[in-house]
This record gives sequence, C-alpha cells and structure tokens, in this order.
Amino acid sequence: MDIQTLTFLIVGATFVLYIAIAIWARAGSTNDFYVAGGGVPPVLNGMATAADWMSAASFISMAGLISFMGYDGAVYLMGWTGGYVLLALCLAPYLRKFGKFTVPDFIGDRYYSQTARTVAVFCAIFVCFTYVAGQMRGVGVVFSRFLEVDIVTGVLIGMAIVFFYTVLGGMKGITYTQVAQFCVMVFAYVVPAVFISIMLTGHILPQTGFGATLADGSGVYMLENLDRILVDLGFNEYTSGTKSTIDVFFITFALMVGTAGLPHVIVRFFTVPKVSDARKSAGWALAFIAIVYTTAPSLAAFARTNMIDTINGPDMQGTEYAEAPMWIKNWEKTGLIEWNDQNNDGKMFYSGDERNEMQVDRDIMVLANPEIANLPAWVIALVAAGGVAAALSTSAGLLLVISTSVSHDLLKRNFAPNISDKAELLYARMAAAIAILIAGYFGINPPGFVAQVVAFAFGLAASSFFPAIIMGIFSKRMNDKGAVAGMLAGITFTAAYIIYFKFINPAASVPENWWFGISPEGIGTLGMVVNFVVAFLVFKCTKDAPEEIQQLVESIRYPKGSGAASAH
Amino acid sequence: MAFRNDDDKVAYWKENLSLLVKLLVIWFVVSFGAGILFVDALNQIQFFGFKLGFWFAQQGAIYVFVALIFVYMAKMNALDKKYGVNEE
Repeated sequence: MDIQTLTFLIVGATFVLYIAIAIWARAGSTNDFYVAGGGVPPVLNGMATAADWMSAASFISMAGLISFMGYDGAVYLMGWTGGYVLLALCLAPYLRKFGKFTVPDFIGDRYYSQTARTVAVFCAIFVCFTYVAGQMRGVGVVFSRFLEVDIVTGVLIGMAIVFFYTVLGGMKGITYTQVAQFCVMVFAYVVPAVFISIMLTGHILPQTGFGATLADGSGVYMLENLDRILVDLGFNEYTSGTKSTIDVFFITFALMVGTAGLPHVIVRFFTVPKVSDARKSAGWALAFIAIVYTTAPSLAAFARTNMIDTINGPDMQGTEYAEAPMWIKNWEKTGLIEWNDQNNDGKMFYSGDERNEMQVDRDIMVLANPEIANLPAWVIALVAAGGVAAALSTSAGLLLVISTSVSHDLLKRNFAPNISDKAELLYARMAAAIAILIAGYFGINPPGFVAQVVAFAFGLAASSFFPAIIMGIFSKRMNDKGAVAGMLAGITFTAAYIIYFKFINPAASVPENWWFGISPEGIGTLGMVVNFVVAFLVFKCTKDAPEEIQQLVESIRYPKGSGAASAH
Repeated sequence: MAFRNDDDKVAYWKENLSLLVKLLVIWFVVSFGAGILFVDALNQIQFFGFKLGFWFAQQGAIYVFVALIFVYMAKMNALDKKYGVNEE
C-alpha cells in the first residue's frame, strides 16, 4: 500500500475512535460539560492534561526548533515542563479545594471584585484565542501535506471534527477523547525516534542513544560527531548556545510561569474527585509529557545529523541533485525546502556560511524525519495521525475554556444571573460553535505573526494570572485593589514591550536595544515581577482583605471537605 | 473547623511551606542552576556521551521535575493524615 492510502486509513481510524468516544461520553449537565462531573480518575486525567498541553506546536515544531537551536532549545524543554512543578506544588491542590469551574471564578471570589473577575475573563479569552488559531493552522498543514488536499479543506475537516466533540461532549467527552489522542500522539512520536536511534547508535531508547557512540564502529559519541560536523560547516557547536545567559534564564522562567498560568491547563485540575487526586494528576501529567519531552531533544539531534548526512553526503562534499532522495523533492513542492545551486556544480550543499545552497524550514523536521531516515510507510502515516491528534486535542481544550468563559463567567456571573442550567448549557454550546468558526477563519487566513502571538499569550498568562493566583493562596490579607492593580500593571507592561518590539518597531528587536538584554519572549518574567511589586505596594496603602475572605483562604489550604466542583 | 485546634492549623501550614521551599530549591538548582547559570562549568564534565550541563538542560532537569511532583504528592498525603485533614 502507498503512503497516501495508509495515511487515509490510519487517520480515518483514529477519527472514528474519537467520535465514538465523544458520543459515548455525552454531557448531560453543566457540571459534566465544564468539569466532567468531577469524576475523572487521576491517571486518565493526567493523560488528558498531557494531550491538552501538547499542542500541534510541541508535536510538529518543537523538535525542529531544537534541532536548529541546539543547546538553546532547552528553554522550551525546561520551560514547558518546569511550569508543571509550579502548577502541582503551588496552584493545583488549592484551586481544586476551592472547587469552582474557572480561573476567573477563583479570582473574582477571592478578590471579592467584579472588576477582577472581568479582567480575568478577558485575559482568559484572549490567551485561548491566540492559541487556538495556531492549532487550526496546524491541522490544516498536516492534512494538506499528507492527504494532498488544499489547506482550506484541511482546516474545514478539522473544524467539523472539533465541533462535533466539543459541542456535544463538553469536558467529559473531551477528557476521554484526549486520553485516546494522547496514546496516538505518544506512539506516533516515539516510534520513529526509536527506529532512528537504533539506526544511528544501536540504542533502543532515544534518551540513551542521544549520549551513545555512533553505530558505524568509529567509537565517536553522537553529539561529539555532530558538534564537529557543525563547526566544520560554519555553524555553532550543537551543545553550546548563542543566546545570552540572562535571556535564556528569563525566557525559561516566562515559559514556566506562563505554563502554570494557562487557563486551559489549570481547569484540568477541577475535573478530579479529590485534592489528593489533583496532586497525583499533575504528577502523571508531567510523567506522560516527559516521555515526549525527553524524546524530542534526542530526535532533534538525530534529525540534524541525518539531514546533513543526506544532503552533504558521507564525504561532506555535497550530493548530486539529480540523485536527491524523495523527501527533498516532496517537500520542495510545499516550498519548505529550497535549493539554489550557487556554484553551478549540480550538487546540493548545506552549511552555515557562504557555501550554503539549501533553505530548510525548521517546522518540517518532525514530519519529514521518518522520510529522511527512510522508515516504512506506516510510520509516516502514524506521524500524520499524531500531528492531527495533537492539534485537535489542544483546540478542543481551548475552545471549552472560551465557551465556559462566555457562558459561565460573562453571562451567568455578569449579565444574566438567573438563567437556568439548561439555558446556560445551550449558551456554552453556542459559544463553542462560534469560537470554532472564528478559529477556523484564522486557520484559513492566518495572521502573519502566529509565532509572535503565541509568545504574547505566554507573557500575558505569566504577568497576569500567575501572581494573582499565587497571592490569592499564599497571602491571606492580599486585597482586591492590590490584585487588580498588579494584574493591570503586569499586563500593560508586558503587552507594551512585546507590541513595541514585535509589531511597531520589529527592526529594533536586537539584543542591544532590549532592556537588560531580555528578548520579548522572556519579558513576561519581568512583567510578573512588576505585578507582584505593584500589588504589594497598593496593598500596603489599603485595607486588608475582609475577615470572611481570610477564612476562605484558610479553608483552601487543607484538603478536608472538598466537594465536587460546583457553580455556587 | 477541620483541625483539632489552631496550633495544628498553624503547624500544618508551616510544614507545608517548608516542604514547598525545599522542593522549589531543588527545582531551581537543577534547571536554572545546572542547566543555565552553571552550564559552562558543568560542561567541562563528561557524562556518558553528554557534556553534563547540556544533559541537565535537555534531559536531567525533566526527570527531576517528575520526581519532585511525586515526592510532593507522597509527603503531602502523609501530612494530611498526620493532622487528620485528609479526605475520606
């Protein structure tokens, strides 16, 4: 069977599975819809959280990014996993004990303020929208490459599927579908990595193959070999970076804190029955995420080695274009690989200096990797199914937060407090449907700056939600004015810095112009500090939080007496 | 009041915070310490085929993170039992 047919079969089979699960786990009440009735076992919830978190960006782009960044790629690896430690230790158990549906609910109640709630709702909606637009694009890219349909059709198919199970199933349906998607995703990620690891180093585990000697009998370590090749070709050493230490520090911190502040990840911990389950669930989520995140850097290094090897040939003199492998021709059609024969010798050559003749888009590394390594067709089809699973699961989780924010936080808590459970559920479904349409529009007509917008979302989450929640739990006396002032100051500062360097004056975005050498990607860390400082100063000049709020804070600090998450 | 008395409540929170600080120090040392601030010094040390600092940044820190959460889970469950504030 050819790759085309296999891809149809495998992707089709996974779709049937997701839809069947969505129908089986249909939501009956708002409680089911928002937090799955609080009845999801922790290990399954951990898998669902992992699927929620691993977006098309981590699945498709991350290994590619690391592959070209070398050591600097660690900002993503540590940033996106380290945030879970903060989440598990500082947020998840307390928010679960608090027992409400959403993050704006917590902020609104803890700071006894409608303003705080509204600020939080708009942050949540904005953060989720920026994410979901990128995800829909991811689905489109995977479809258009492997099913050879155009990208619009790809996005439309994706929208239809997401619509089906978000709108029908709510959190309950999504949670169980995400468990299935997680399995597909991990399998699809690890299988090619294992194959390539065996080919290059003879190790089954990519994590140990990463630090092993090459299987060609030379006795040279894989990484040592890669460092040498790269230096010979005019690149930096793979194992040392080019970013400044302070920038790496700030970006990593912003990604960690941003992760811990993302509403669609936090809301996951409302879906387990008990506080102890929330702790356990975070542990399992990170354990599952770690499978992919420790495989990714190995895959990245293998891919770079293989790519250079196939393009430049074993003698590092370049290979004849006429004999180029299929994958180069395939990806040339998409415009993501380009060859420009500068010295007219008919040979392809890849390097980091003026000899370079190849333009390779970093986003293709994971998708092209199995083709580069000549793996069987079913592995290539599996990677396509994994990419689709990653994009769908994250979109579904984000859409749910958007619909909850609109129907629950905005309508029920602000404009129409008396609507019935049934009407609220209807509005939630309508909001999800509208959100899908808008996300689909951005998937078909992507703004040219998706990557920048994602950095924006992290910065915002880091500088707004995280400090407000932390102070809400660890300071009994922190008051509404401090929290609101802190959130507004943090967001404004971060947004202004990012907008200036990314949109108003992108040409000035070089290390010499950055404050303290911090790039816009890392500025969320400073925004978080601004938030804490402003909140503290305002708090010092105003009255403590009222007695009943202090008691509320005390009661979320121990697990006993947590019921299921409830509306109010 | 779920605690037997106010002293218990204060003691519980104190133990909780001290555990939190210990774990967060480890969290900081393996990632920001070994993986970023002292990466060049640690890179002088060979660890299998890796430079040690590079290994911490791209592998080691993640393993420690997973372990930290499970340690936290076990210790907190024990603490809840000790003070009688665990869920039935």
